Amino acid sequence: MSRYFTTDHEWIELDGEVGTVGITDYAQSQLGDITFVELPEVGSTVGKGDSVSVVDSVKAASDVYTPVSGEVVETNAALGGAPETVNSAADGDGWLFKVKLSDPGELDGLMDEAAYSAYVASL
Amino acid sequence: MLLPLDRWHRGRGARMVEFAGYMMPVQYEGIIAEHLWTREHAGLFDVSHMGQLAVSGEGAAPALEALLPGDITALKPGRVRYSLLLGEDGGILDDLMATNRGDDLYLVVNGATKWDDIAHLREHLPDEITLNHFDEQALLALQGPEASKALERIVAGVSDLTFMTAAMFDWQGTALGISRSGYTGEDGFEISVPADRAVALADALCGQEEVRPIGLGARDSLRLEAGLPLYGHDLTPEIDPVSADLGFAISKARRVQGGFPGAERIVSLLASGTPRMRVGLVLEGRMAAREGAKVMAGGREVGVVTSGGFSPSLQQPIAMAYVETACSAPGTEIEIEMRGKMLPARVVAMPFVPHRYHRKGDRP
Repeated sequence: MSRYFTTDHEWIELDGEVGTVGITDYAQSQLGDITFVELPEVGSTVGKGDSVSVVDSVKAASDVYTPVSGEVVETNAALGGAPETVNSAADGDGWLFKVKLSDPGELDGLMDEAAYSAYVASL
Repeated sequence: MLLPLDRWHRGRGARMVEFAGYMMPVQYEGIIAEHLWTREHAGLFDVSHMGQLAVSGEGAAPALEALLPGDITALKPGRVRYSLLLGEDGGILDDLMATNRGDDLYLVVNGATKWDDIAHLREHLPDEITLNHFDEQALLALQGPEASKALERIVAGVSDLTFMTAAMFDWQGTALGISRSGYTGEDGFEISVPADRAVALADALCGQEEVRPIGLGARDSLRLEAGLPLYGHDLTPEIDPVSADLGFAISKARRVQGGFPGAERIVSLLASGTPRMRVGLVLEGRMAAREGAKVMAGGREVGVVTSGGFSPSLQQPIAMAYVETACSAPGTEIEIEMRGKMLPARVVAMPFVPHRYHRKGDRP
């Protein structure tokens, strides 16, 4: 499995034709305490770069953009009762939604882990 | 611009953001943890961006009183009063704390408005009245139920102050101006200290087991729970004190006497009521309402949110809004439009979290 990153601090990990999307640990650290996560509708069709989810912290709400186009096939229901999981495990259990990719070629424009680390270091 | 404690904050892991032209700590360990620490123990806030001013000279009290709706001439030495700087039409130019220090009237004004306030005061005060700006003073706030115990240990006698009183204290040869007041709804103190002694004082305070440094993020969530308006958001020059539900700041004597900016309009609004009122809202669910969100009732827009966020103490979203007076009674069900969703909410009396001030006559 391989993981890709966006300049908006989302990650996507591919398993076959389905990608799991979350925000990066850097993103959660910048947002601070997360109090609510608005997730997309399962079954909805999303386009690369669309704002499909919102992460609410004590101070502000931040959009989450889908890194790829496709159909939302699952959302992380556990976040409803425990949005703080995005703070404690942004890279893992704090994932947001899964997308069945309509154009795997869109992954080509994303960063790999080394490139993302360098990008964050440059901020 | 950098404040005296800039390096101190960074050394303690603060994330710094620009606010009112200064770099300020927004958070250290996290807003919720800092918020709850302040409600249970004591939090140290650096509010050195705020303006510390003083008005002095023969006739200073009546001169200042002509610009505010509060009883300044009746303010006894050592007493603190919340008041409002008003424009000609009675709109709110700033909110402030005024202390009679005996030799002068000491004012603490908002950081974002202090330069405008200075210009306004200088323009409207008579030439023979002196206006000083203490830009060599830092301002720290120590807030929370254990603030008194912690501060008394290093500044003996400070626990004798009661809510909205102030005095000068000596701390290792440095004069500290301390008032028992704050912006969190908790018992606590605001401490004016010379800038070159601010780091030493902050270290001494954070050396107490009850005390942790707290950022601007928690300062905002604490004041919101306490129902205290934030200037520039809940109060603006377009808003009068009656709509803002700050009638308590217009003293009885001055309602009769007038003689402050916008007096005629404000006295008339006190009698007639205003079209809109500042209210508190508690939301259902977890999504917070933010500034600018529309308040709806019966499919009609009836107001706007001016402050909103997640309440760490109540574990639910709360907000302040201006709504049509017909919708302002506690218990009124309304909806808030956020990102295309309608969030059910209810008008409640403020504060959202009860104040716990140390008033005269309370047990220590």
